[in-house]
Order: sequence, then C-alpha cells, then structure tokens
Amino acid sequence: MIAAAARELAGQHVCFVGVGLPNIAVNLAQRTVAPDLELVYEAGVFGARPARLPLSIGDPTIVTGSTAVVSMHELFAFYLQGGLIDVGFLGAAQIDRYGNINTTVIGEYARPRTRLPGSGGACEIAINARQIFVIMRQSKRSFVEAIDFRTSPGNLGGAERAERIRREQGWLGRGPSVVVTDLGIYHFDETGEMRLDALHPGATLEQVRASVGWVPRVAAELVTTPAPTAEELRLIRDELDPEGAYTA
Amino acid sequence: MSGKVTTMRDAVAELVRDGDTVAIEGFTHLICFAAGHEIIRQRKRDLVLARLTPDLIYDQMVAAGVARKLIFSWLGNPGVGGLYAIRRRIEAAELGDEPPLEVEEYSHFGMVGRYTAGAANLPFYPLRSYFETDLPKANPLIRPVRSPYGDEIVYAVPPLKPDVAVVHAQRADAGGDAQVWGLLGCQKEAAFAADRVIVVVEELVDEAVVRADPNRTIIPGLIVDAVVVEPFGAHPSYVQGYYDRDNRFYRDWDPISRDPAALQAWLEEWVYGLAGREEYVARLGPERLAAIRPSGSAPSGPVDYGAYR
Repeated sequence: MIAAAARELAGQHVCFVGVGLPNIAVNLAQRTVAPDLELVYEAGVFGARPARLPLSIGDPTIVTGSTAVVSMHELFAFYLQGGLIDVGFLGAAQIDRYGNINTTVIGEYARPRTRLPGSGGACEIAINARQIFVIMRQSKRSFVEAIDFRTSPGNLGGAERAERIRREQGWLGRGPSVVVTDLGIYHFDETGEMRLDALHPGATLEQVRASVGWVPRVAAELVTTPAPTAEELRLIRDELDPEGAYTA
Repeated sequence: MSGKVTTMRDAVAELVRDGDTVAIEGFTHLICFAAGHEIIRQRKRDLVLARLTPDLIYDQMVAAGVARKLIFSWLGNPGVGGLYAIRRRIEAAELGDEPPLEVEEYSHFGMVGRYTAGAANLPFYPLRSYFETDLPKANPLIRPVRSPYGDEIVYAVPPLKPDVAVVHAQRADAGGDAQVWGLLGCQKEAAFAADRVIVVVEELVDEAVVRADPNRTIIPGLIVDAVVVEPFGAHPSYVQGYYDRDNRFYRDWDPISRDPAALQAWLEEWVYGLAGREEYVARLGPERLAAIRPSGSAPSGPVDYGAYR
C-alpha cells in the first residue's frame, strides 16, 4: 500500500503531507520515484528533506536542511490557499464513493460514538490543493455508503455538481484523484465515482467487494499492482520505519 | 537583569485566573508543558483551553479538571492515536449522564485566522475553507460572507483573543524580547491577540544578543508580562537545537491516557508530587535527557546586518 501510494507521486512537484500513512508514503516517494518532490508540511515547512521518518508532522528533522520555515499563517494563506500545492495527501477514517472524507466523528456530532481528530488542515487542503491523494485501509466501516460527517469535500454527490460548485466558488482544487488502500488502487471516473483500477498482489475482487459499503466500480482492464521492489522494502523497513511505528 | 523575570509559580499565580481563555500554543514544537503543569498544580478552574492541537498537555489538563471548554482544530496524539481523557469527556458511551466538555471546533487555517484577526483587531478573518463541509453546521460561528467587491462567497471565523498566551522560546532577554527558530506555529499571532503574555525560555540572554539578530525576534517585550527561565520546560515536546521530541513519551502516553486511574497516578507522580520543572527534569534523569539530545550540530551560517552610523 505504501509503495503503491509512493509510486502515484511520480511526476508530481509540490506535495502537502498529512499525518500518519501519507507521511511515510511521501517520504518513500522522495527517496524513489520523485527525488525532486517538494514536501510541504502544515507545521510551516516548504522543501523539507527529512533525514529520518518523523513520527509527528512537526518533527525537528523536517526543519533542519529545509528550503523555508514559515509561520502557519503564511503556509496556509500563501502556499496552500495561494494555489502552489499540486497534491494534497490525506488519510481518512471514512470515505464514500465520491471521495468525500470524514475524520471528525462516528455517530452524531453532539454525542459521538467515537470522537476522531477532526479537520486539522484537511478541509482546506481538500479545497485548495490541485488534486487529492488518499491513503487508507479499507473495510465496511471505512468505505461507507454515507459518511457520518463531511470534514473534507471530495466529488460531493458526483462530478457534475462538484465541477459546478468548484467553478462557482472559485476552488483551485479539482478534488480527489487517487485512493490507495491495503487491497488496491482506485481512480475517479467521469461521473466522479471511485473505480478500482488495480489489485495489489494477493488481493482478490471478493475481498474488495466484502470491504466496500457500496457496489464498487471495477475497471474493465483490472491490473495487478507490481509487487514492492527489494529497494522499496528495504527503505520502508530499514530506513523509514525500523521501529514499525507505521507498518507494524 | 531583572525586568519581567519571575518564577513559573508566580507567573501563573498572577496572570492565569479561573475562567480565563488560555492559549499554550506551539505546533508540535515549543509546547510549554511546564506552564500547563503549574496551572494544574495551582488547581485553576473553568478555563477555556485554546490550541490548534490540544496534544498531551491539554489531555493532562482536562484530566486534572482545570478546563470547561476546548477550542481546537486537530485532536489527537500525532502518529500514535487518541487523547483519551478528552475523548472520555466527549463520547456518548463514556459520558453517561455527565455533561460533556464544551468544544468549539475549526480547521487549522481557521484557528490561525482567528488569532490573526484577534492580533490585528479585526472583526473576522476570511478564508476559502469549509465549503460543502459539515463544519459550519457543527460550529455556527463559522459563517459565509459575501465579498464587498463582487459576488464571491468566502467563510469567516471570529477573532480569538485569549486572556493569556504562553509562548515557549529558545531565548529571550529580561524584558521579554523573545527569539525563536524552527517551527513558528502561530505563537506570534496568539501572543499579539492575547491580553497577557507569559514567555518561557530555555535561556535568558543579554539584550545585545537579541539586537545582534533582530530578524529572529517573534515577539517584543512590549507585549510580554512575564519571563520564566525553565530549561526543558517543553518536554516531551521539543526545542529546535536544544532537545528532541521525546517520541517515547508520546507513545507511552497512549495506555496511560486510556486508563483513568493510571492517568491520575501519573499526574500525582509527575505534576502534583513535584514542586516544579526543576524536580521534573531531575526525575527524568540524565539518561532520558541524553536520549533526546540532538544527534549532531547544524548551525546556520552567520549573516552580516552591516553597521550604518
């Protein structure tokens, strides 16, 4: 999953890094397919060159050797809202078929069953980054027909409405483009709905269908994700996450 | 050098009052746990705690009963999990018939905008966030506003003016001129927005040190009420160039936070049972402190400001 997400970043230039799995995927991409990737951390760093994988996204290693350290106001106002971010990389607790994301609550907002972290920078990243990548594990609890709370907008109720609203309200973002899970890789079709385009080695369509809360669209020419290379595995296991904080 | 220099005990006793809105800011970096612990020790009550990321310090403060309300944008233990003392005060099954902790929730940019409006004495801060999300429903203080120069709609957030802001910094002089390097978060905005400001530093320096590098000053003594010298005052958060984030502590917090009895025992041992930060640092011990020393040095090159007489 991490290797597949990292490869999706090939050819991208400026990436806004989220907490958790996006953090390791993006750091792997910088060491493999996208050596010139500019990592932007909401903590206020542009052009980070982390020497170790930060557990938090505010670690001192993202500062030392970076291009610029700026206030969070500058980061959100000029870099993100100003339109300089090509890819916003997000995690999610719940996602629907149109890529709308919940990271706020499970259950009712006023008396939630589970209180999740909330938006952080996700809602503004979803609106202002040129495109959104999502990385998350999929299950019937996370891939749901209706999310309990919309923290970050995706393709709303479908591409037509989403495109109209983005145009009318002057959003810079084109919304979600990739979702990478533990089972496969999804892109979004012309209707704005997620479509399974690749299965990871060993994963089956039955597993996918059993872990999606709707009937998922599947590409006519479904491919198999190339297995992680020895170098990708070495980087993840030895260099980026030797203690298994992300991958255990 | 006397100026505004005082002890943490006196600064908190004089400047933090029951019912205050308190912002101990710092984004991962420079979170002043020493101030939070002193507020707990002095058993302040009914505080409104504001921070983008409540972090472990507000989990501890909520567990200790000092808070009635939380204003925030991301509630978690980064890379580890939840803040369970806070969640127990919010989640339905845990609450039973208890009244929940009041929460007022934004996004990061919304919180930064709130401090910015507060610091600049503006009635609101406009931003292109919140479109097509449930956040304005969850928090009716997030409101749409039409541009006076066209039809464009953006969202507005209200100013946040804390009664007290606590800013941890690498160094300051006795007058409170404070210098920071590394992540800047939104401490400058929070401090300028606040009525009272406590600066806590690793090192007290001569005014000449500040004047030799004025670009690094984030807040002037003009707005500072007290300066507290408290080495390792940000642990388990970190201070760039001085000590690393104690990630082991953040991981170890997870089981403590999940267990109310363990959490109270932790507060007893590490907060109520200690007179202050000096005892806390002694209790951490030399091995733990050695483990969070930076692995090497990375000095900035000096710049020449030039003399102009």
